[in-house]
Amino acid sequence: MGSQHLDFTANVTEALADRQLRANFKSALTGLMKKRVAVLPDAAERERMRDDAEAAKRKALAKLPELLERLERKCTENGIIVHWAETTAEANEIILGIMRSHDATKLVKGKSMVSEEMHLNHFLETHGMEALETDLGEFIIQLNHEPPSHIIVPAVHKNRQQVGRIFADNLEGIPYTDVVEELNAIARKTLREKFRTGHVGLSGVNFAVAETGTLVLVENEGNGRMCTTVPPVHVAVMGLEKVVESLSDLPPLLRLLTASATGQLVTTYVNCITSPRKDGERDGPKEIHLVILDNGRSRMLADAQLRRTLQCIRCGTCLNHCPVYIRIGGHAYGSVYPGPIGKILTPQIDGLADKGVLATASSLCNACEEVCPVRIPIPGIIRRMRTEAYDEKGDGVVKGHGAKKNLLETLVWKGWELTYRIPALNRFVVSMLGRFGDKLPNVGPLKAWTSVRTAPRFAPKSLHQLAKEEGIRHE
Amino acid sequence: MAHTFTYPRDVKTVYYFGTCLVDMSFPQAGMAGIHLLRRAGVEVVFPQEQSCCGQPAYNSGFLEEARAVARAQIKAFSRADWPIVVPSGSCAGMMRHHYPEMFANDPEYFDVRKFSERIFELGDFLHNALHVRYEDKGKPVKVTWHSSCHAMREMGATAAAKALIGQLSNVELVEIEREYECCGFGGTFSIKQPEISAAMVADKIEDIRATGASAILSGDCGCLMNIGGAMEHKGVPVAPRHLAEFIWERING
Amino acid sequence: MSSTARDRIFARLHAARTTVSPYVPQGGTWQAPMLDKAQRIELLKKRMETVRSEVHVLPEAEWPAKLAELLKAREATTLTYGHDAWFGGTLRSKIKGKGMPKLVPYGENVEAFRDELFGIDVGITSTLGGIAENGTLIVWPTPQEPRLLSLVPTVHVALLKADTIYSTLAEAMREMRWAENMPTNALLISGPSKTADIEMTLAFGVHGPKELIVLVLE
Ligand code: SF4
Repeated sequence: MGSQHLDFTANVTEALADRQLRANFKSALTGLMKKRVAVLPDAAERERMRDDAEAAKRKALAKLPELLERLERKCTENGIIVHWAETTAEANEIILGIMRSHDATKLVKGKSMVSEEMHLNHFLETHGMEALETDLGEFIIQLNHEPPSHIIVPAVHKNRQQVGRIFADNLEGIPYTDVVEELNAIARKTLREKFRTGHVGLSGVNFAVAETGTLVLVENEGNGRMCTTVPPVHVAVMGLEKVVESLSDLPPLLRLLTASATGQLVTTYVNCITSPRKDGERDGPKEIHLVILDNGRSRMLADAQLRRTLQCIRCGTCLNHCPVYIRIGGHAYGSVYPGPIGKILTPQIDGLADKGVLATASSLCNACEEVCPVRIPIPGIIRRMRTEAYDEKGDGVVKGHGAKKNLLETLVWKGWELTYRIPALNRFVVSMLGRFGDKLPNVGPLKAWTSVRTAPRFAPKSLHQLAKEEGIRHE
Repeated sequence: MAHTFTYPRDVKTVYYFGTCLVDMSFPQAGMAGIHLLRRAGVEVVFPQEQSCCGQPAYNSGFLEEARAVARAQIKAFSRADWPIVVPSGSCAGMMRHHYPEMFANDPEYFDVRKFSERIFELGDFLHNALHVRYEDKGKPVKVTWHSSCHAMREMGATAAAKALIGQLSNVELVEIEREYECCGFGGTFSIKQPEISAAMVADKIEDIRATGASAILSGDCGCLMNIGGAMEHKGVPVAPRHLAEFIWERING
Repeated sequence: MSSTARDRIFARLHAARTTVSPYVPQGGTWQAPMLDKAQRIELLKKRMETVRSEVHVLPEAEWPAKLAELLKAREATTLTYGHDAWFGGTLRSKIKGKGMPKLVPYGENVEAFRDELFGIDVGITSTLGGIAENGTLIVWPTPQEPRLLSLVPTVHVALLKADTIYSTLAEAMREMRWAENMPTNALLISGPSKTADIEMTLAFGVHGPKELIVLVLE
C-alpha cells in the first residue's frame, strides 16, 4: 500500500472541489496556529527552546548507534523485550507473533504514526485479529475506513454532522446526533468496554530515553494510558529516530511538542514507562515489547542534509502552517505522512519514482521551516528531493534518484542556463521577448499560468536598456 | 534564518541587481529603485552583464545550471565590494542565503560568502542603511501590502517596507488577513501545480479585495505578476504596484 | 530473523558515521523561571485551572472535611484508594457514615479487580509532587497505589503537599533524581482526560476521569 500508485493531480482536483473539506481544514488549522502563538508568546524564549530542542535531537542523531544500543541494554535490564525490524513487513510479523504467542485476538491501539506507516491494522485484520483504534479521531476514521488526514488531529477533515452520521451508521443502537458532548460520550462508553477486554495494548513512542530505558508518551485523552496499563501485554512501536540521550533533554522537547501540536503548555498526561509490572505491583502489563523500526531511516542518517529529516518529533505544526496542506488536506497526498514533513519523508521512504511528485507541491514559502520546533530545513530538503528526482550529476542517494530525468526538461534548463550566463544571448532573448513576447502561443506552461491569470507582459525596453539610456554607470 | 544584517555606513556607491523579471517585465519598477537610491545621495552602478539570480533552476532541481548562472552574477559584481541592492526580497534571499549553500563544498565557498554578505533588499536598505525620509505629495489613498515569503522569512524586510509606507502621510495602509501566507507564485510551482497555485492566489485576492484598498504594494514582482495577473483575469480593480515605483510617484507628486 | 535485522540496521548506522561528521549545535539555553513557594502554589493552581482541574489550597488537617464535602456534592457512591497509602487510615476514619461513598481499597491484582474498578465513581491518590511551570502533578504509582487509580474512576482526587511543588520539570527531575530511580511508570497529570478531535471543540472525560480535583495541603 505504501508504494501504491499515487495520482496526485487527480487527488488535488478532487480535494479542491470539496468546499466542505476546505472549510473544515481552514477553520481547524487557523485555530491551531493561533493557539500555538498564544502558548509561546515570547519569541526570544521560544527561540531558546528551539535551540535546545534542535540540539537535543541533533545530538541524538550524531550518537545514534550508541544511544540505540544503550536504549536496548537499559530496556532489557528493565524487563522490556526489544525487537528490531528493517521493514514494515518485519515489524508487522513481530507483532503478529507476539499476539499469537499469547493467544490474543484483540488489540487496542493508542495513536501511533509508525503503526500507520506499517499499515498494521490492515495486516492484522487479514490474519483474523481485531485492531481497534482508541484515540477518538482515529476511532472515527477507522469506523469510516479512512486513513488519517493529519498526524495529530486525524479526523480534522470531518465536521460534527459527519461524525454523527459515521457513529449512527457503524455503531449498534446509536441514533444520530451532532452534539459534540454526546458524540464524546458515545465513544467513551464504546471504548471503555474495549479497554476492559483487550488482550494486547499497542502504543507509539514520543521519546525513548537511552539513559534510563524509558518510553515517553504524551496524550490528552487517556486512551494511551489505558492501552499501556489495562491489557496484560503492551507493545510499543517506534522509528529508530525517536531515541534521545537523557531525561534532561526532555523539558524543552516536551514543551515544544505540545505547544506546536495543539497549542498546549502540556498535555493531560505525560506517561513515562520504564518496566513491566514488578513483583507486588497490582496493575500494568506483565510484558512489554518495544519494536524498533528502520524502514529507510538508517539510510537517511548517512547524508548530512537528509538526516535532518530524522529530527522530526511529529508535532504536525508544519501541516497547520502549510498553505498547500490547508487547501488540499491530508488525503490528497496519498501517504501516511502528509504536508511538509510528508513531502520530504515520503519520497525518501517510498522512493522518488512513486512519491517524488509530492516535492513539487510546495511554493517553497518557508512557513514550515519558520515554525518547526526542531528547525528541520524542510524547504532545503524539498529542493533536494527535486534535485535527486532529476539526478543530473548521477550522485543521487535517495531511493529512485533520477526517476524524473527527461531530455525535454534537461534541454529547457540548459537553454535557460545559456540565456542567463551569456550576456549577449541574454540581451538578444530579452529584446525578442519585448518585441514578440505577447504573441507566444498559449500552450504548455503558459496555458497553466493563464488558466486563472492574464499572460505575463514583456516591456518594450528592458531595465538594461533603460539604465543604459539614462546613463547609469555600468562600471 | 538570520534576519539581523550588519548594514554598511556612509554608503557612497552601491551595485544594483535588477533581477530577470524586472528586466523583462517591470523595468519601470527597477528604474524607480535606482532613482530612490540616487535621491538618497548614493551613486548606483548597474553592471550590464548581470541577468538572473538562478533561483528558477535552483528551486526546480537543476542545481548545476543554477550554479553556472550564479557564478556569472558573482563575476559581474566583483570589481568592487560595494553593497548590492536588489528590488526583490526573493532574489535577494537567494543570493544572500542560498548561494553559500550551493557552493558549500567548493573551493570558492568563502568568496561566495563574502559576496552574499553584500546583498540587501531595496526597501530594507533604504530604510535601515540609508535612513531615507520621504514627503508625500500625492492625494489620499488606501493601499494594502503583500510581502513575498522570502522578503519576509529570509530577508526580514517587511517591517522596513511598512515603515517606508508609513512615512507617506496621505497613504493609509490596511493590512490584509493572513498576510503571512504565500500568494501561490513560487516560481515554477505555479506551473507544476497550477491548481493549488490558483486556489492560493484566489484566496489572496479575496483577502485583498476585503481591505477596500485601491492598490496592492509589494517589493517582489513575482508576487505582483501572479496577484496582478489573477486580479486582472477576474476583473478585480486593485492596482498591483512595486513599492519603489509607488514611493517614487508619491514623492514626486 | 530479527537479530540479523538488528545487525544490518546497526551496520548501516555505524557506516553513516564514516560518511557524515555531524555538526551539533549547543543546547542548554532555555530554562523556565525559578519561583518562591507562594508563587509556585499560585502558578500551579492557575495553570491547572486553565485546563479545568479543580484546585483547593488548604491547611493539611482540613482535607478530610473538604473531601467529604466534595464527595457529597457529587453524590459519589464508591471510592477506591490504596489501603496502605499515607492517608489511608485517615480516610477510613473520616469518610464514613450517611451520604459518604463506600470505600473500596485497590487491594487485588487488576485481573481480579478490573470489572469492579471500571464501575467506581472516585479514585483518590497521593502525589510525589507538582510542577508549577506546566501545572502538573507528579504521580509515581506504587504497589500501595496502583496506576489505574488515577485513570479509570470518573473522578480523580489527588492530594498534593505544598512543600513538594517544584518550579520546573527540569528541577523536579534533578531533585528527585529521576535518572537513578525511574519507577515502572512515572506520570505527569495536568487535568481531566480531554479531547478536541471533533471540530477542535474541547470536551472532557473522553476515556479517563471527567474531573480532576487537587487538594494542595499546606
Ligand atoms: S517537520 Fe518539524 S514541524 Fe513538521 S511535524 Fe516534524 S517536528 Fe513538527
